[in-house]
Amino acid sequence: MTLPVRFAGDLAELPTSAFGHRSLTWWGIVAFFLIEGTTFALAIGTYFYLMGGEQTWPPAPFSPPNPIAGTIFTVLLLLSEIPNTLAKRAAERKDLRALRKYLLIVCAMCAVMVIPRAFEFASLNVSWKDNAYGSVIWTLLFLHVTNFLTDFADSLVLAGLLFTKHSVESRRFVDAAENAMYWRFVWLCWLPIYVLIYWLPRWVS
Amino acid sequence: MTVLSGKDLPRDGEQLQGPALDARLARTWGDAPGLWGWITTTDHKRIGIRYIVTGMVFLVLAGLSALWMRLQLATPENSMMTPDRYNQLFTMHGTTMMFLFAVPIMEAMAIYLVPLMIGTRNISFPRLNAFSYWMYLAGGVMIWVAFVLNIGPDAGWFSYTPLSGPQFSPGKRVDIWAQMITFTEVAALAVAVELVATILKQRAPGMTLARMPLFVWGALVTAFMVIFSMPSVALASSLLIADRLIGTHFYNAAEHGDPLLWQHLFWFFGHPEVYIIFLPATGFVSHITEAFSRRPVFAYPAMVLSLVTTGLLAFGVWVHHMFATGLPRLGYSFYTAATLAVSIPAAIQIFCWIATMWDGRPRFRVPLLYVVAFIVTFVIGGLSGVMQASVPIDLQVHDTYFVVAHFHYVLVGGAVFPLLGAFTYWFPKFTGRMMDDRLGKIAFWMIFIGFQVAFFPMHFLGLMGMPRRVYTYPTNMGWDELNLLATIGSFVVAAAFLVFIVNAIFSLARGAVAGANPWDAPGLEWATSSPPPQYNFPHIPVVSSRTPLWDNRNHLPVMTGLRVDDRELLLTSVMEAIPDVRDPSAMPSAWPLWAAMATTCLFISSIFTPWAVVIGAFPVAAALIGWFWPKSPPGPEPVIE
Repeated sequence: MTLPVRFAGDLAELPTSAFGHRSLTWWGIVAFFLIEGTTFALAIGTYFYLMGGEQTWPPAPFSPPNPIAGTIFTVLLLLSEIPNTLAKRAAERKDLRALRKYLLIVCAMCAVMVIPRAFEFASLNVSWKDNAYGSVIWTLLFLHVTNFLTDFADSLVLAGLLFTKHSVESRRFVDAAENAMYWRFVWLCWLPIYVLIYWLPRWVS
Repeated sequence: MTVLSGKDLPRDGEQLQGPALDARLARTWGDAPGLWGWITTTDHKRIGIRYIVTGMVFLVLAGLSALWMRLQLATPENSMMTPDRYNQLFTMHGTTMMFLFAVPIMEAMAIYLVPLMIGTRNISFPRLNAFSYWMYLAGGVMIWVAFVLNIGPDAGWFSYTPLSGPQFSPGKRVDIWAQMITFTEVAALAVAVELVATILKQRAPGMTLARMPLFVWGALVTAFMVIFSMPSVALASSLLIADRLIGTHFYNAAEHGDPLLWQHLFWFFGHPEVYIIFLPATGFVSHITEAFSRRPVFAYPAMVLSLVTTGLLAFGVWVHHMFATGLPRLGYSFYTAATLAVSIPAAIQIFCWIATMWDGRPRFRVPLLYVVAFIVTFVIGGLSGVMQASVPIDLQVHDTYFVVAHFHYVLVGGAVFPLLGAFTYWFPKFTGRMMDDRLGKIAFWMIFIGFQVAFFPMHFLGLMGMPRRVYTYPTNMGWDELNLLATIGSFVVAAAFLVFIVNAIFSLARGAVAGANPWDAPGLEWATSSPPPQYNFPHIPVVSSRTPLWDNRNHLPVMTGLRVDDRELLLTSVMEAIPDVRDPSAMPSAWPLWAAMATTCLFISSIFTPWAVVIGAFPVAAALIGWFWPKSPPGPEPVIE
């Protein structure tokens, strides 16, 4: 037998979507940031742990990676934050036309970034099979490639969805705003990895 | 752009309540009938029960593997099994207990109970919840099928390198173990994300953080611990697979890798894992102690702070598993101090439970008996743990049966006893029927006494020098009687579990019918019927204290206005639980199952070829797109407000 109820208020006037920390999606994505961020942090810890066991970094006879492709990728990645921010703002003011435009620009930039990204693997000057140093810098790059491609695919699907009848749902704008937040996470994670792969071996060698 | 209005949609309230509301909500929140409904359900209760039953099956399998080992060790120089079979058995026992029973079943209890305890209609991201179960099931089935085919892992539940590396463990046994880790980590992390979002955003109006039930606090701290620790073992096992499959050198000392890197990554996960199992159990203990002592838990703020402190300190003690590897002096001192410190919040909690009973009017029903057994057993295990924080003692007893005794006292005492108490306590909520009290007490005393008989002698065996993980021992060591005693005790425990399971099955069919609140407990989960309807609560409850059903004995304050023609739940603010947003909840879907099948193909194939990661990504991506693509046309209330 359950207790009789007493009505203490009504929820009908509440909104059906909200941005930022008011949305469930935001919390889900932040939790995934923590998971992926922890993975990156531990992979970076592995890098330093292995570095501590070497006399030189990179260990002889290997030379540091060639930074050209990685630097081009990094510059493009940072520039993509401009349309990404504009897309986020468009989503937050529920401007569908602007959102479509800026999200497509982000996707186009991602498509271009795939080219230098592919060349990065050829710039490392070491194979993952050569030694532990090679293993860890290949792993760092592989982890971030996965991160990058996941959000690229996610952005493409979202952009496609914005050209269907489902674009009128206000949740789509929340999705787009949170997707833009995820893109910021992608480039924020890349910056320390970029330094560790391309520059630290030059500075300490 | 058409602006659609939701003003005329059906909602609960003065006009729609009682049986008419129940029928309307049952249509909206019900699953399809039959097998299709079973496959597509997103109901946290159905998935929670599925998780619990599967976890219990793995407990039985792990228990049987332990019995098999105890039979082998009952007499010296026993040739009942080969060393290889023994290696597989202790690996399967530990792996199954830790990865397929303990963590999943604690999360399973949270999946079932947390939404009811906080007064919401479903867990957040319910399809992810369904997906997590399928992944967990696939990982568990994979490793047990491998064992049946005699390719079960054999390098221990911790799979230390270099033993588990390509040089010393050729074949696929270790890869199967490592990939099982990936399956269970995906499942555990998914549930952790759901629990964090559910607990922080879906609490009933008025349930501020300071009024949150202690099991929910335990589930929240545990979820964060899963989020910060499980990536470590996932990374460690991925690097191990890479070493074995594509020739990387992370753990290969010959190419400047380091086998100790494995131990760091593994124990950075492995020690928090112990608390991931223990903290939800403390939640069970708090609820049971409170209900059966008939007073609120003593010193609630101290209990919450202890949970949080344990969660933080748990990340600072992993190196005490590595004392025998050799450390700098400062390292020894730091990790000894940290290990001693982590016992303080646990002790505070134990004093609070004793104070709750002392100041209450305890009724020693079966759940509370398990709490008493927990306190006794866990304190013994805790004390032998504090002993081992001292480096000289640790070095002396390292890899002996003393350690086996210690961690079984901590894990069985600290988690399994509370779990059995919790199972008995919430059984009426799960099923609508009470478990039989007499059979429950018989099982309890058999488990409690059998456990002490099985594991207490192991302290002495360890101090007498008997090492762990040996498949037999010589006759003249003085270990014969104690080993036989331990084997007898383990069979008593097994018989007790049989009684417990028979009791559960018998009670499911013929137990006394339980009302909504058979124990006169104070939490919101007891405000709804037993078992709860698909939508949990007809109206969203409102909370104004930590013990709402004790403080409002005549009526339940509720809020109205959620839609009843669509699955809708209430989001509230993080700190104060002020109503904020009406949010849709996912409909039933088979896509989580398809996504899990695609992911399973990827994971299993990648044991054999690295290309599986590339090729397998496409079906996974296709399944995920199918999952997230909206299925129904925009409804009357999508509103671009």
